Amino acid sequence: MSEQKETIGRTLFVALAVCLVCSVFVAGAAVSLKSLQQQNALLDKQRSILRIAGMIDEKASGAEVRRVFDQGITPRLVDLDTGRFSDAENPRTFDPLKAAQDPTLSKTLPQAEDIASIHRLEHYSVAYLVEKDGKIQTLILPVRGYGLWSTLYGFIALKDDLTTVSGFGFYQHAETPGLGGEVDNPRWLSQWPGKSVYDDNGRVSLAMVKGGGAKGNVHQVDAIAGATLTSRGVEHLVHFWLGPDGFGPFLQNLKKGDA
Amino acid sequence: MAKLTAREVLLNPVFQNNPIGLQILGICSALAVTSNLKTAMVMALGLTLVTAFSNLSISAIRNQIPSSIRMIVQMVIIASLVIVVDQMLKAFAFSVSKQLSVFVGLIITNCIVMGRAEAFAMANPPKLSFYDGIGNGLGYSAMLLTLGVIRELFGAGKLLGFSILPTVNEGGWYVPNGLLLLPPSAFFLIGLIIWGLRSWKVEQKEAPTFRITAHARAESY
Repeated sequence: MSEQKETIGRTLFVALAVCLVCSVFVAGAAVSLKSLQQQNALLDKQRSILRIAGMIDEKASGAEVRRVFDQGITPRLVDLDTGRFSDAENPRTFDPLKAAQDPTLSKTLPQAEDIASIHRLEHYSVAYLVEKDGKIQTLILPVRGYGLWSTLYGFIALKDDLTTVSGFGFYQHAETPGLGGEVDNPRWLSQWPGKSVYDDNGRVSLAMVKGGGAKGNVHQVDAIAGATLTSRGVEHLVHFWLGPDGFGPFLQNLKKGDA
Repeated sequence: MAKLTAREVLLNPVFQNNPIGLQILGICSALAVTSNLKTAMVMALGLTLVTAFSNLSISAIRNQIPSSIRMIVQMVIIASLVIVVDQMLKAFAFSVSKQLSVFVGLIITNCIVMGRAEAFAMANPPKLSFYDGIGNGLGYSAMLLTLGVIRELFGAGKLLGFSILPTVNEGGWYVPNGLLLLPPSAFFLIGLIIWGLRSWKVEQKEAPTFRITAHARAESY
């Protein structure tokens, strides 16, 4: 019997048969689960936006996330080069992170400008607007930047004056648990709301300082103990995304009512 | 070989022949996913399922597999199962699958799966092989859960995300041991567990492969 098993024809047949059965199995699973997975990914993103903006609590159900998001939030495409709204892409399906990988939809950042170490910047990004009677109540902007080991991905929510932070947080990073990973600590994040991003001259002035700085100083945030580089990364990414290369021009236009 | 009963096959790997403790397989993932209990649980479940079903299917066709390509055939089957598990997690447990990231995919290279396929499933009938897969999965799970409990409890003061020992950062009294959240701590813990296991079950001790002589004097050169 063992002789029969070892012929070339037999070997090829078994190899082919196994591959065929396995590929059908894998393809079947991938195709039948795809829509569920896409829904999950979308829901996950919406959940982080709402959570960081403080519009839902941690344990909200999927249906609730969908409802709050659909009712309360309008995604709009922003042209980062001109600093104005744009209709070039559908903001509901456009993925700025994917665009940043695509040479036709992004540009390489010169090292001097790339303080957040993100290497490539997309031409278009997506801002999430919470509007009431046609006026912006909250503006939620995607931010990202390099910490110690990893790129931190998050959102920053600004109040209607477009200067005061109303929420800040990350949905993905791989910083050291217990040290840099404390960027997820609710107690640390709770000091962000109320801070002011810009100084009187319109420059980004938010700084991470040891000990939290003077009490009531709206431009200083307590850095994370034991995580100097992560804290610095967070400071840099705020400076980058709200500064002249990021959403800075867009926010200025928006303040003038001209976006 | 003496005839193995289903019970032996199922329970032996938990203490007697633990895949991590005795066979020292699957260490890599044991370091990576045990910093909290939830990911450890999902990983343990994933690996148990993959080992069980890969053993089952490999054993079912073991008489058809030509020995010249048997490793590749095993690999294809294991890889397919792992992809399916990964897809299922993405569809039904998205947040956990995000935390586990690449480690689910790396079950493919987990020595336990391949080791059981080659050492057991190729020589035993499907039903017994299936039990063997579950048994070894349980052994792996036991170790993972132990590590997960210790690391999450003392590293973050929580279990499954619920605060047990309120940490200083959250206004409590417990100063967490940050080392426990880093991968090396799992190494130390596994070492301690193996030490404990081998002191309890002395027959697991290995004979030293060489001995250092008491004196190496100049005359011996």
